[in-house]
Amino acid sequence: MKHFKVLGSGCKKCATTADLIADQAKALGVEVEIEKVTDMGAIMGYGVMSTPGVVVDEKVIHAGSVPTATVVQGWISA
Amino acid sequence: MFEVFTRLADWAAYSLLGLTPDTPMGESVHFFIEDITKIFFLLVLIVFAIGLFRSMLTPERVRKVVAGRSRAVSYPMAVGLGAVTPFCSCSSVPLFIGFLEAGIPLGVTMSFLIASPMINEVAVVVLAAAVGWKVALLYVAAGLTVGIVGGLAIEFLKLEKWVEGYVWKIRMGEGVAEEPVTSMKQRIDYAWGQVKEIVGRIWIYVFVGIAIGAVLHGFIPQEFFVKYASVDNLLAVPTAVLIGIPLYSNATGVIPIVEALMAKGVPIGTVLALMMSVAAISLPEMIILRKVLKPPLIATFTGILFVAFIGVGYLFNAVLV
Repeated sequence: MKHFKVLGSGCKKCATTADLIADQAKALGVEVEIEKVTDMGAIMGYGVMSTPGVVVDEKVIHAGSVPTATVVQGWISA
Repeated sequence: MFEVFTRLADWAAYSLLGLTPDTPMGESVHFFIEDITKIFFLLVLIVFAIGLFRSMLTPERVRKVVAGRSRAVSYPMAVGLGAVTPFCSCSSVPLFIGFLEAGIPLGVTMSFLIASPMINEVAVVVLAAAVGWKVALLYVAAGLTVGIVGGLAIEFLKLEKWVEGYVWKIRMGEGVAEEPVTSMKQRIDYAWGQVKEIVGRIWIYVFVGIAIGAVLHGFIPQEFFVKYASVDNLLAVPTAVLIGIPLYSNATGVIPIVEALMAKGVPIGTVLALMMSVAAISLPEMIILRKVLKPPLIATFTGILFVAFIGVGYLFNAVLV
């Protein structure tokens, strides 16, 4: 099962990103686990300075904006 | 160049709605319609245009570029980049930490944080469209200067001790997935995404700013401003800056108010002082920065900007009015 981490200190864009991944996963019928990382130290640890960021398998695959639905679908189906 | 919006407002306010020119209501509504159409048109256009170029400029890149440079280079670089990079306030904290962690001095980092909300290219172009290029360039020059001076002041006062302790201990990871955005289609998608995101984020401030500007324009007579805000009233500039502190708006949102005030004859220094104060000193930003800055530093930061903006206000009034 895919494990997504959404990095962000609680602003709206970070919540939107997490919701987007959850919605897209549901729409595609894929089970995913979504973890919200809000601790600044942890976020910086991934080298992300502009939230929201998305991490899969400990690799940062996106940072700096809310991803588009298409991009998220790509991640889930990969 | 923008007469089309004036004509549109003429038609909408006077023909369509049947209002009379030179009446408070007529003037207000005309102002409102003209500015709403003009500013949002420009907003979309410019955010899109700049978005086409900006896909390459991320905070992570800025950090790499600024780190390790001498003061003489990093200060101008920080304000210059702060001026052209947009970022959501929630990124202020990671950005701040990231800069410090890369060894960028506190002063330089603060310069970036000062310049960023104050000078944004969208606001500058809209300002130019509203009140002319001279004012817009002055605003940019003032903003860059205050950014550098403010940062230098914080460095000179050695305020590192007022940064929250944990910040110095954070080690930043490397290897953020750099998503090179190179194809034209990707750039267009990115630019369009920026339009949706930025306009979506700031439209309310612009809307409220235009509404306030419209009321000022139509309902508050010139005499009021002559009495209280003329060049001779030395309290006008500090008052303008004080008013701006608790108020927050995106820089673009203040422009309609700037426009209305200047049309009423309020001197340019006073007006710019207000604009800078509203844009650069904001309660939401301070609450966010509280995560990394101790209250004395936040207070000092505000105090320095307060003094700087008053200085700019007086200077411009003295030299230009």
